[in-house]
Amino acid sequence: MSSATSWPAGLRGACRWCPEPVAAPPVFRAEALTKTYRTGEVEVQALRAVDFEATAGEFVVILGPSGSGKSTFLNIIGGLDTPSSGRACFMDQEITKLDDRGLTRYRRDHVGFVFQFYNLMPSLTARENVRLVTEIARRPMKAEEALEMVGLAQRIDHFPAQLSGGEQQRVAIARAIAKNPEVLLCDEPMGALDPATGVKVLEALMRVNEVTGATTLVITHNAAIQDLAHRVVRFGNGAILGVETNARRKAPSEVSW
Amino acid sequence: MAAGVATLVLGVGAVSSLERTRDAFYEANRFADIFANATRAPRSLLERIEDIPGVLDAEGRILRIAILDMPGMAEPGSLLLVSTPSDDGLNRLHLRLGRMPDPNRLNEVVVSQGFAEAHGLVPGDKVRTLMDGRTREITVTGVAISPEFIYALGPGDMMPDPRRFGIAWIPGEGLAAVRDLEGAFDNLIVKLATGASEARVIAEVDALLEPYGGTGATGRKEQISHAFLDAELQQLRGMARVLPPIFLLVSALLVNMTLGRLVALEREQIGLLKALGYGPGAIVRHYVGFVLAIAAFGIAAGWAAGAWMGAGLAGMYARFFDFPFLLFSRSPDTYAIAALVTTAAAVLGAVNAVRTVAWLPPAVAMAPPAPVRYRRFWGGAVEQLLQARQTSVMVVRHLLRWPLRTLGGVFGISLAVAALVGSLWSFGSGERMIDLSFFRMDRQDVSVVFSGLAPMAAIHEVRRLPGVLRAEPLRVADARIGSGHVTRRIAILGLPEGSDLSRLLAADERPMEVPEQGLVLSEALADILGVGIGDQVTLELLKGDRRTLSVPVREISLGYLGLSASGRLETVNRMLGEGSVFTGARIALDPSQEDAFYADVRETPGSGFLTIQSLSLRKFRETLAQNQTIMISVLAVLAGIIAFGVVYNFIRISLSEQGRELASLRVLGFTRSEVAAILYGEIAVVTLLAQPLGWLVGTGFAVAVVRGFGSELYRIPLVIGPEVYARASLIVLGAALASALLVRGRIARLDMIEVLKTRE
Repeated sequence: MSSATSWPAGLRGACRWCPEPVAAPPVFRAEALTKTYRTGEVEVQALRAVDFEATAGEFVVILGPSGSGKSTFLNIIGGLDTPSSGRACFMDQEITKLDDRGLTRYRRDHVGFVFQFYNLMPSLTARENVRLVTEIARRPMKAEEALEMVGLAQRIDHFPAQLSGGEQQRVAIARAIAKNPEVLLCDEPMGALDPATGVKVLEALMRVNEVTGATTLVITHNAAIQDLAHRVVRFGNGAILGVETNARRKAPSEVSW
Repeated sequence: MAAGVATLVLGVGAVSSLERTRDAFYEANRFADIFANATRAPRSLLERIEDIPGVLDAEGRILRIAILDMPGMAEPGSLLLVSTPSDDGLNRLHLRLGRMPDPNRLNEVVVSQGFAEAHGLVPGDKVRTLMDGRTREITVTGVAISPEFIYALGPGDMMPDPRRFGIAWIPGEGLAAVRDLEGAFDNLIVKLATGASEARVIAEVDALLEPYGGTGATGRKEQISHAFLDAELQQLRGMARVLPPIFLLVSALLVNMTLGRLVALEREQIGLLKALGYGPGAIVRHYVGFVLAIAAFGIAAGWAAGAWMGAGLAGMYARFFDFPFLLFSRSPDTYAIAALVTTAAAVLGAVNAVRTVAWLPPAVAMAPPAPVRYRRFWGGAVEQLLQARQTSVMVVRHLLRWPLRTLGGVFGISLAVAALVGSLWSFGSGERMIDLSFFRMDRQDVSVVFSGLAPMAAIHEVRRLPGVLRAEPLRVADARIGSGHVTRRIAILGLPEGSDLSRLLAADERPMEVPEQGLVLSEALADILGVGIGDQVTLELLKGDRRTLSVPVREISLGYLGLSASGRLETVNRMLGEGSVFTGARIALDPSQEDAFYADVRETPGSGFLTIQSLSLRKFRETLAQNQTIMISVLAVLAGIIAFGVVYNFIRISLSEQGRELASLRVLGFTRSEVAAILYGEIAVVTLLAQPLGWLVGTGFAVAVVRGFGSELYRIPLVIGPEVYARASLIVLGAALASALLVRGRIARLDMIEVLKTRE
């Protein structure tokens, strides 16, 4: 999909410790990621030497209880946070070496985010919220197209205050995918929604994953969702406890929680 | 908050302190209430004057102008010799250096402080003067200030010039001998008892002095030093009335906005309190108490700072006016008003913010507020029109969503612009006054005022003086002009036919010929008398046979300095019935022969007093610049603070409201500058909208100042060029920019991760 040429000059440079690409090159590769927070006198180990890889087009569900480190992990590979030690690579670029400007560029060009609380601009309509991103993206799709993909073609001129929670979250997904990102990072996207609405959001996410081929990482503490993933990664106490691959993926309508 | 309170306390405090100080100084030195001149009145008359009901004390003095002969000073200067007041007399001196002259030594004098400073004179120094062609050397024994000469203005001068004009107090006997006035006086000062009628005493004094060449007594209001000081204080008073209230208003607005937001952020705590069983009344009381505590602190700080700075400012002015002491006044009502307005603003802000939450059920209050409802304005026409990026749309919608706050910001900043426009224009207007007065009306290089009347033939002698290119005779006579019961004492100016050095300008600024009959009144005089072209005015001449005439007003002329009435020289002479005479001349001079001219004039008996236009102009500029620099610096700083404060608060509140959205934008890959641009865009729109409004309001201020200032000493032409608006805007934009940069750090530190975890 993307290549090193999309990186701004000065940030370019091969990630030396990444192995030479094999058949399916990893989109993400993390090695020994550690994150330690210090709150007052207390030191909290949020991540303990996490190794991880994801390949292009993969739909990965990350499971784990609160405080297991899954959000910290997502924030670091999403370029929102930096690790205390260890490295993370996106394609052939070591993102843990980037400065604020480089990380901003990385988020802007390659990452789509979806969060539990939507984080929409209340002053912009659905269409305008999506345009916000397409205006600064390198190769965006049309805002209307993105909204149609999440099933909101009829409500594009509504403000967030006029939309239900599920609709707002789907606007957020449309906003995340409209830039045609290589990766889609979702942190508890159904966390604030009722099950029926959650299903709609999940369907939207899976459809986007299939259509655009964006590597999708979905954080949840809801174990029911694991059946939808190609692969399930379990977090606990700041480390990856296990990884499972689903032989058969279920459709969102087949799961219940 | 403190700043708003401080300015009010400062402004009002400084002005009332100066007024109190002046009054105390007048009182301590027994400054007279009524002033009169005569030719030669016997001292025995003083007893009869003191017998007039309402007169506390009367003193006869002798006044004499001597020409200065200072080494190294080519331009002519003069010294007004005044009889020293007796120990219990009026217009007493406040000795700064040395001692009073010995009454038995006729050559000893005390000189005015300004004059002494300008020439570096100390007790023991000698000064050479020329009187009636005779050189006389006098010895300085002391330096003093007097309530009568706080502003010492030489005859014909518009601004004080202590180098060229000074006062020397000399024992009465010494002067009497010189002027042949033994047992007599030519100047009278009278102190009134409290509550006495000034007008009645003036009428009686005039009647008593008339046989002795009295030229009409005047009250303190027309005493030149007092009038100048009063105009100055008036100007300060004007500033103190207009500016601090603006400042207080803006700070109240900020307090209201800031505390309102502060309380709004406490929404969840309010919910918690409700859950714990507090009623809405208790909650409102709690938050009112909270902002009252903040306000109390701000008010106390403002009081202290205002009192301190007010004392400083008053002290500065007291030195400027040379008051020997300073009485600082504290008026409790100023303090109270400042406190009241501030408190009200704070409490209103808090109540307004709490009100929406305090009556909600606890569970609702604890939950975050529903997303703010926005809407498209005029069917999205604005957005269409702007063809804007979504970030610009956000800016526009956020501003329109809170129209009152946006207007408040616009209003606050526009007041800063207005305060500047309302003062900066005075530069241009001063220049215009100069252009009209010095280059288009009175275009002479020098004017001479003789000490008496000269026959018309003497103008030829003036023309024969070295360097004289052109000389025009001039007749000046004191008169009282009136219409209905309004009267004013003025000098009637007689100008020759075809007068070119001294010209009258019509309203359209074109020079006009002096009409053969009747008078031309200056605009200011016509306004005061309420007369127009064709009306009759009564003219009571205070010279010659003191006849009273009815004279038609033929034209109204432009004029900003003083009140003037002019007529054809022959007409004025005819009115006065003194034959073909003149009292002075306006002269165009060859600059290369200036010194020879001055030297010749100095030696000529009866040549009186010289006014040099270039020096007057320089002095005028200096005085103007001095006044304006102080005032405008104060204003620029105030306006800067206002703009800075409004912008800072506006951005901070906006950041506090939109912090979550802005952090979300950072997550989406917007750079710091792009995010900052949203906040800056808002304040830029507010600041830009404020400019034209500020220009408008400022022009209104200027008009009000012109109307309010129209003192009889001078009028101010209203001239506001584009540079005034530009300068005002630049200063305000600079302050806004500085303020915006200060918030940049906060924008850079927006916590992206925090906003993802919380709902709001």
